[in-house]
Amino acid sequence: MKKLTLEMMLSAAVVALGALAFNGGAQAASDQVVIGDIDDMSAVYADVIGQGGVEAVKMAIEDFGGSALGKPITFLSADHQNKPDIGASKYREWADQSGLTMLLGGSNTGVSLAMAKVAAEKKVPFFAVGAAGSSLTNKDCTAYTVHYSYDTTSLANGTASAMVQNGGKKWFFLTADYAFGTQLQEAATKVVEKSGGTVVGSVRVPLGTTDFSSFLLQAQGSGGDVVGLANAGADFVNSLKSANEFGISATMKPAALLAFISDIHALGLNTAKGLYLTTGWYWDLNDTTRAFGKRYFANTGKMPTMNQAGYYSATLTYLNAVKAAGTTDSDKVMAELHKAKINDMFAKDGYIREDGVMVHEMYVMQVKSPEESKAPWDYYKLVKTLPGEEAFGPLSDSTCPLVKK
Amino acid sequence: MRLSSSRIVELLLLAFALCVPLLGIYPVFVMKLLCFGIFAAAFNLLLGFSGLLSFGHAAYFGIAAYITAWLRVKTGLPTELAILAGVATSAFAGLVIGTLAIRRQGIYFAMITLALAQCMYFFCLEASFTGGENGIQGVPRGSILGFIGLQSDVTMYFFVLIVAVAVYAGIKQIVHSPFGQVLRAIGENEPRAISLGYSVNRYKVLAFVLSSTLAGLGGSLKALVLGLATLSDVHQSTSGEVILMTLLGGTGTFLGPFVGAGVVVTLQEYLSDRVGAWVTVVIGAVFVACVLAFRAGIVGEIAKRYRRETATSSS
Repeated sequence: MKKLTLEMMLSAAVVALGALAFNGGAQAASDQVVIGDIDDMSAVYADVIGQGGVEAVKMAIEDFGGSALGKPITFLSADHQNKPDIGASKYREWADQSGLTMLLGGSNTGVSLAMAKVAAEKKVPFFAVGAAGSSLTNKDCTAYTVHYSYDTTSLANGTASAMVQNGGKKWFFLTADYAFGTQLQEAATKVVEKSGGTVVGSVRVPLGTTDFSSFLLQAQGSGGDVVGLANAGADFVNSLKSANEFGISATMKPAALLAFISDIHALGLNTAKGLYLTTGWYWDLNDTTRAFGKRYFANTGKMPTMNQAGYYSATLTYLNAVKAAGTTDSDKVMAELHKAKINDMFAKDGYIREDGVMVHEMYVMQVKSPEESKAPWDYYKLVKTLPGEEAFGPLSDSTCPLVKK
Repeated sequence: MRLSSSRIVELLLLAFALCVPLLGIYPVFVMKLLCFGIFAAAFNLLLGFSGLLSFGHAAYFGIAAYITAWLRVKTGLPTELAILAGVATSAFAGLVIGTLAIRRQGIYFAMITLALAQCMYFFCLEASFTGGENGIQGVPRGSILGFIGLQSDVTMYFFVLIVAVAVYAGIKQIVHSPFGQVLRAIGENEPRAISLGYSVNRYKVLAFVLSSTLAGLGGSLKALVLGLATLSDVHQSTSGEVILMTLLGGTGTFLGPFVGAGVVVTLQEYLSDRVGAWVTVVIGAVFVACVLAFRAGIVGEIAKRYRRETATSSS
């Protein structure tokens, strides 16, 4: 047994060192703003927010002057790798160890649902940007969740009604197989049926699929005239590309329920032309959006997606609320947020409802053909502007228990 | 009474573990480490002491996590019973899979465990109670014996620590028991064990069930510590991780799995902020380095060197 002493000693040292590496140390001083960003930095949604989102938050902090309540603003970021456990435990760790006062959570509804639970437990405001699942502000709502940019309801209200009005009555859905996809399909089905269309079938596709051939053949055999793409990011790009390669676009019209300008950029206008999509923001809407787009472009070499713009706006909105409240106390800041009118490059008279939805205008767009496009990143033409209430539905429809009825 | 020096080191380690909350080390991190340590120790019972390589241990870890989480969320069953139910499920899964797998040896054994673990993964993906890609979120920790609340991280930490120490001591006990000696004999030379009259298959199944039960215990605790059970718990990458942890720490050593779990979990946590998904590449490189340079693992290699030194100094 004696022989094992050194073994034991050294293992003890290894364990101790490992643990000490994690000693996050003292909590940050109170009333210091610590903004965290947990997003997909490396996989299917990395182009939608990812490093571009980090850049947008940095721009917002800089524009705010770099400090709040007289103390410099700290900014942390991490990659959730689309795994709810990584996202939730990072959030918990920052709340416990780094004095986190606000979290921006990007993309992936599954991860955001897990993070919303942590928000409720740790009472740290959580801005969900890019996770579309509307359950975040319905049955899974919390007093500390703010849902920015868009949700499945507003996306479906845009694209689905526009498609049906243009004659696309019979829908077949290609759905990402997790909360986001199913909720988006559900919302779109409601809108399609309300507008007088029918759903002829659907198929669920695992997240991160690259070979869509068998799913698309099912769509082709369904006899529908619209293939509704209830997916996003790289999934959307790959499915639309394959739809073109298989010639499905000739018989069925693809409808993007969630598409970003980065996706259209990746696909090229030849593949994407004529596609209907709904967006919460576009760089070429007016002078302020153009100004922001150009600044962002100068920093990153790309035009911002609606989520990257949402990150910027959410950060500024939060910082303004902190300034108005004069404290980082979560309840006081949340009260300010619910009072505020949001007028910036992202929203016109936007406001945050009791259930956490940030209500603002949504835009139905059609992708331009290569001939119509005059300049790089000139991709969309505006089809219809949806006022906030119409896009996000009335508050009385919300099943969030926090809404007083 | 003179304490053996290995016992002294164990006590020192325990003393350090008891001080963790005082030292300002983040308890949730250490709890996660301990849960994976339990998981790796369970795996080591199979690989290190019985010579059976399972490629699908995440199945037991994950299913126990799901069952415990589901029972806590949906039925509000007391924490102890929820853990027990999770562990019982993984023991049953271990019995079924183990009985099938031990009919073959070597790579075929490993492939059967992998295939059945994949079945478990797809079951968890499709079954309605697991929540598919979302997993089960917001699992309440509840209380132990009805009055010790586990909400505070420090209380939960001590609970996990007690379980981890019990598992460590239990595995030591098992290995040193006559049963454990037979397992070692089987691992070293199976035909010889058969010729000595042992019904080898029964021993192997029992070892398999013990290992899957303890793996399930790690999973159940993890679900309570982090408050969630997700697909990554049952995914085959977790099965791979536990092999890595055990090999890195040292197969067939008692402390090795805990050290290996410590290194891997630390790397994952520490690097996820910095390099994102490249973590898997870094860990893969560590694995290659381990297999090439120190095949006995960290603890095993140190023990070997120490033994050599004492041998030369005493001669």
